[in-house]
Amino acid sequence: MIATIPQSKTFKWTYRVYVTLFFIYLALPLTVVCAFAFNDSVFPSLPWEGFTWAWFFGDESPYIGVFNERSIIKSIGTSLFVAFWVSMLSIAVGTSNAFLFVRYDFKFKEFLYILMLLPLIIPGIILGISILVFSNTVANNLEDATGMWFDGLRPGLPLVILGQFSFIATFATLVISARLEKFDRSLEEAALNLGASKWGAVRQITLPFLMPAIAGAAVVAILMSFENFNTTLMLVGSDAPLTITMFDRLKQGSTPVLNAVSLLLIVVSALLGIASLLFQKKEG
Amino acid sequence: MTQAQSRLGLYLLMTPLMLWLLLLIIVPHIGMFLVSISVKTGVRQYVTGLGNYMVFFTEPLYWNTFARTAFMSIAATFLTLVVGFPVAYYIAKLTRGRTKTTLFLMCLIPFWVSELVRTFGWMILLRETGIFSSFLQYIGVLSGPVEFLYNDAAIMIGLVYTSMLFMVVPLVTTLDSLDDSYIEAAYDLGGNGISILREIIIPHAMPGIVSGCIVVFMLSLGNYLTPILLGGKDSLWFTGLIYSQFITRFNWELGSAFGFLLLGLSSAIVWAGLKLSRQSLTDTVGR
Amino acid sequence: MTQTDADAQFDLECRKLNKDFSGFRAVKDVSFGVPKGTFFSILGPSGCGKTTLLRMIAGFQEASSGDLLIKGNSMIGVPPNKRPVSMVFQHLALFPMMDIEANVGFGLRQRGVPREEIAKRVETVLARVGLPGVGSRQISQLSGGQKQRVAIARCMVLEPDVLLLDEPLGALDLKLREHMKIELKTLQSEFNTTFVYITHDQSEALVMSDQIAVMNHGEFEQVGSARELYYAPNTAFVAGFVGEANKFTATVDAAFGDAVTLVTQDGMELKGISPVAKMQKGDKAEVFVRPEAVRLATEADKFGGIENLNTGIVENILFNGANSHIILREEKSGGEMNVAIPQTGEFRDLNKGDKIFIGWEAAQTRCYAAGA
Repeated sequence: MIATIPQSKTFKWTYRVYVTLFFIYLALPLTVVCAFAFNDSVFPSLPWEGFTWAWFFGDESPYIGVFNERSIIKSIGTSLFVAFWVSMLSIAVGTSNAFLFVRYDFKFKEFLYILMLLPLIIPGIILGISILVFSNTVANNLEDATGMWFDGLRPGLPLVILGQFSFIATFATLVISARLEKFDRSLEEAALNLGASKWGAVRQITLPFLMPAIAGAAVVAILMSFENFNTTLMLVGSDAPLTITMFDRLKQGSTPVLNAVSLLLIVVSALLGIASLLFQKKEG
Repeated sequence: MTQAQSRLGLYLLMTPLMLWLLLLIIVPHIGMFLVSISVKTGVRQYVTGLGNYMVFFTEPLYWNTFARTAFMSIAATFLTLVVGFPVAYYIAKLTRGRTKTTLFLMCLIPFWVSELVRTFGWMILLRETGIFSSFLQYIGVLSGPVEFLYNDAAIMIGLVYTSMLFMVVPLVTTLDSLDDSYIEAAYDLGGNGISILREIIIPHAMPGIVSGCIVVFMLSLGNYLTPILLGGKDSLWFTGLIYSQFITRFNWELGSAFGFLLLGLSSAIVWAGLKLSRQSLTDTVGR
Repeated sequence: MTQTDADAQFDLECRKLNKDFSGFRAVKDVSFGVPKGTFFSILGPSGCGKTTLLRMIAGFQEASSGDLLIKGNSMIGVPPNKRPVSMVFQHLALFPMMDIEANVGFGLRQRGVPREEIAKRVETVLARVGLPGVGSRQISQLSGGQKQRVAIARCMVLEPDVLLLDEPLGALDLKLREHMKIELKTLQSEFNTTFVYITHDQSEALVMSDQIAVMNHGEFEQVGSARELYYAPNTAFVAGFVGEANKFTATVDAAFGDAVTLVTQDGMELKGISPVAKMQKGDKAEVFVRPEAVRLATEADKFGGIENLNTGIVENILFNGANSHIILREEKSGGEMNVAIPQTGEFRDLNKGDKIFIGWEAAQTRCYAAGA
């Protein structure tokens, strides 16, 4: 049960074996994905045909590596573009929300707070279709009324960004609020007392204090945006982010180039994940 | 700070929140509801009615898929709990310091990676030409290649895998807060492993169990990737129906109705879970 | 099991008990026996190994060597849930997920006692600790003192041979602690169960215990009654740890039997006794004089033929009611001394800078070999 309570050897070993098996289960899929990025074969499966870097750098068909595969490079660019804007929007709105919920009392505060949490429990695919339906209706009506085209309201990157933002903003709000709750108001009062303006005190004292949380939220937002699939799937237009491109490729049958992309994704996500943990530690 | 300034600040901060919630959450859902109750009678001609919902109840494929999705999600939630609990307990109570941090990180890392990559990994392992099939042939258990993909077990493995983090993290957090002396006291008073698990550990871990289960259930219900990729074309997952109504058949009215049914089921289960455990949404997801 | 009567006379007995933690011996060769119905305290500073010893008795730590017997039966290899001991934890460990009745009945449920009987026995034991009818309340609804009593009831309902208490009063505020000392002692004599109580607070140990073991660096320094420890400490550590004392480092000037004459570092001459070690001229010694053993007088002849007689200048008065002290500087040597003020009113007008005579008996001046 716990270290201080004697247990039979059999039990201890069974437990250890179970936990080990669990971690093998966790590691297995990612390990094979990474391993087959280096297999010198056009299918990501056994037998092992030897080690190659071709799926990263190759430029001769069928060995076209990630870095020479234009559609993948382009969708990585798209993903980065989406992630950047989602992250910026989320931390801006998240910071504003944090000040609102932590510093102010107003009517329906509780209600608005719960409403703010809702995107977390709405399935992503439904967030996607509701925004799709709504923007489409608005676009139709506007076009009927004005006779102009409103491409921004049709499936495409602006809608993808808004769709992802609609639930990632909740995460940002929670992370930044938690930090703001810990802020000692008397620091701000001291700044005011020393002659700072209201906004000056917030800018010079409070925002620097919030910085680790804001940076952490930005990293988490980028991660979530990068790997989002459900919401994106419903809102995507002709420019596909990476997950959508990979999904289409997977349905057609995979080549190790997908393993190579996945390996890059794993490395980058792990680095970003650790970065967000470091930001959290800094908050400490 | 004067009263007027304070009100100005309040309104300024309120604006982005209201824009976000109204334009991206509330109005779209109302819009979707309105679409779901409009029945098409001709080109761009609609009447209000429950026709789309009637279609759902009269077509067995639809509500069978709905029930199947719900049932499989409950099963996946239960499995995730059963598989994850011992591991969470091990991390929380039987390891310390560095080992604990390392094991916890090892649980986190797979989930920073896109779900697509994780599912891809399972495809490489399970498909006909995959690792399992090859390995079993190699050791002589199988005589020819076997397809492990495209069945319910594969979907289950994928769902449990994908949701594991959302179970393990809240469990580790609550179990961590259980003081060792409670377990010692119970043991000292004559308790054994099973009675302590039942009377001390599980009651203490209940908040973590509930929030883990709620999140895992929601994620499974709303999952699209895992059932489609691991379960194949006939995976009969409700999100798949919604997708095909929207994208392939272009029947948005029916698709919206399906979306609302899924949202209703998901909310009902979350609500029931919270009521049963007497917790609030704020405590459970708003950690 | 064949046991001689001599073995079974103790409820709890330890024989040469040792506990090693990777290269560090937390408990060294501890041997003692606790007769039935005794309130036995283990007193020592934090880190002295008392918690480890208690947890070995409870079964949460395995002994590295030695034997541990309860009612004559060896407990080595017996898991904690099979030992006839119960423990009151430092923070009580009352289960917050259960009400009081379920808490107190927990042990009986584990034994498979029928439900009606559990209810009856729980109610009886709650009444015995003075909390009848609280069964359906939640733990959080109790006060600190009530929680203590529930924790004791939860153990006593199982009728253990030995009740272990791990500094349970530590978390209480001062007033309640004073009150609970008396209450614990009363409960113990009422249940007539052997209590083993560990604490770092000497007043808890002195007030409640029949027997006290003073523990330091994993070893028992001395086992005895409160009075023995106070009046006749066997080691320098006990003399310094139990009660208050003025401590001097001194050199032996002359020794005759156990009577010694010493000179302190500051040059003050002391007459004392050396109760344990034979001392010789030139030996280094540690000398202890209790503040309350020193008498004060305004005139030298009031003392009669007292062995140690000096004059001091009052440096500071620490007034604290019955527990008031003066710090004074001995005139000849300039050494500092702490002396208790007898609260007879005689010295109420004493002021800083006043000159006063101090005297104490050689028998109250206890010397121990230095560095021993």
